[in-house]
Amino acid sequence: MEKIAQRPQSLSSLQFTYCPGCVHGVAHRLIAECIDELELRNSMTGVAPVGCSVFAYKFFDFDMAQAAHGRAPAVATGMKRARPEMNVFTYQGDGDLAAIGTAEIIHAANRGEHITVFFINNAIYGMTGGQMAPTTLPGMKTSTSPYGRDADDIGHPIKVAEMLNTLDAPYFIERVSLLSPAEINKAKKATLKALQYNKEERGFTFVEFIATCPTGWGIDPVKSLAWAKENMLPVFPIGNFRDKGAAQ
Amino acid sequence: MGEKVLMKGNEAVAEAAIRAGCRLYFAYPITPQNELVEYMSRMMPKIKGTFIQAESEVAAANMVYGAAACGKRVLTSSSSPGISLKMEGISYMAGAQLPAVIVNVQRGGPGLGDIQPAQGDYFQATKGGGHGDYQMIVLAPSSVQEFADMASEAFDIADKYRNPVMILADGMLAQMMEPVQFKPYKTDEEMEALGKQHFSWCIHQNVDGPERHHHEINSLEIDPKVLEKHVLKLGEKYDAIKINETRHEAYNINPDNEMVCVAFGTAARIVKSAIDVLNGEGRNIGLIRPITVWPYPYEVIAKAIGEKVKNVNVFELNLGQMLEDVKLAVCGKVPVNFMGKVGGVVFTPDEVLEDIRKYI
Repeated sequence: MEKIAQRPQSLSSLQFTYCPGCVHGVAHRLIAECIDELELRNSMTGVAPVGCSVFAYKFFDFDMAQAAHGRAPAVATGMKRARPEMNVFTYQGDGDLAAIGTAEIIHAANRGEHITVFFINNAIYGMTGGQMAPTTLPGMKTSTSPYGRDADDIGHPIKVAEMLNTLDAPYFIERVSLLSPAEINKAKKATLKALQYNKEERGFTFVEFIATCPTGWGIDPVKSLAWAKENMLPVFPIGNFRDKGAAQ
Repeated sequence: MGEKVLMKGNEAVAEAAIRAGCRLYFAYPITPQNELVEYMSRMMPKIKGTFIQAESEVAAANMVYGAAACGKRVLTSSSSPGISLKMEGISYMAGAQLPAVIVNVQRGGPGLGDIQPAQGDYFQATKGGGHGDYQMIVLAPSSVQEFADMASEAFDIADKYRNPVMILADGMLAQMMEPVQFKPYKTDEEMEALGKQHFSWCIHQNVDGPERHHHEINSLEIDPKVLEKHVLKLGEKYDAIKINETRHEAYNINPDNEMVCVAFGTAARIVKSAIDVLNGEGRNIGLIRPITVWPYPYEVIAKAIGEKVKNVNVFELNLGQMLEDVKLAVCGKVPVNFMGKVGGVVFTPDEVLEDIRKYI
């Protein structure tokens, strides 16, 4: 019998620890499929963040490191510089990357480190129980913005892809969503491109995934997709911001 | 060993680290350790090494974590306020059992303090500093030569135990120039061996066979039973380090000592000058200089207190931090007296001499 679908080699057989309806698993699978397709697994390594995806070091089946909160781009810098023959990525959530790790992401991008950063933006801290993130939408209620995020008091959501796009060094910056099968297919194309450039040592590549958090948002998984489409995409428009490869 | 050259401590330790096989260095400028950063920025590009002036000491320490995760010899350095920022990375390295070397050129504190020599980071270096149950091996040089020698020693110890090692120097040792002799550079063969020595656990390409290995560099164990086992294993390692790696210098220690002094680093060499004068006058005073301040030579100090010792005097450039360890070693047998200078002020041999005279 012909096998038409199977777990990518780059994913371990461990069961994910994510909530029902969470899209981390989809993002993991996309990344793993692309690593397999590009035949990068033997030289691939990644850095897991602090947050819901803290166990990513177990889920990807090659050498992995776990980093302190927000420090994944610095850890990845050390790894890539120590073993330049390897391909390095980080996998980070919005609290990790856009709050406590703001300095590390900006400076890794600005140095044009030859790494790929996968940024999962679901506008909330999932792991710690649904607190406000730097990407939480204005008016959005979380466990630490119980009256809704007051943008005049605590600031507006940080648009990381746009912010990194002000720097000269990054090679590839794209924002995609995981909100429908068609969008997931597009997300895979961006993931593949970023990792292809990584393989070719082109420079710093960045993919932001607009994701959901049904548990943290208190919205059921299917409605979460519609909610994100309606509320997140106007603030975080999907699209390619930078592709130096296409310009060549 | 090559010819003697006159060098600042900051530059000597950098050169010695390179000769010991360090090809990765990440740091952030802070006085009084800037010559170390600048030396690395000049040398690393010439030898195909990595020098990154990081965005912060926090980032630098985490770059070290990444490079050490790949099993390569990696160094960072800073001075007191910057070392506080590195403590996050140091705790993670201890937890994930990563070998790395950290140089602390101590200056006056707390807070921003000043930029003069001090020993106020003793507690931070030897009793924790970062969070959690861990120990860092801490070497305390007292000359530029020893500062340089400790670079290769620190890497060897770090690799042997998979643990961060700190060289606890100060602004005096870092800024003054002394003659220093270096060990030869590692050969290409030695460098290749160093790059592979940690292949059983570190992050590296799959070159061994068809099965991709899955090495995890990690300090997280969410199950308390598993974390308990991990920390107990660390504890066993620390016990082995205490047995194997405790180092000290005994200066004029003999059964007829009337006083034993204890001092480390820069303070110890000043105390030596004072002791020399007094012993020239017919006194019999000894000095124990801990070379490792963790693990600490408690037993050496206990044994040095002979029948005739009436006082143990401790000299430090702080309010009395190592003093607590000396008291533990002496265990009430004789009085333990303390003289310290703080805030970047350094005592002179005469001041030490005067202080000792009060007790003899």
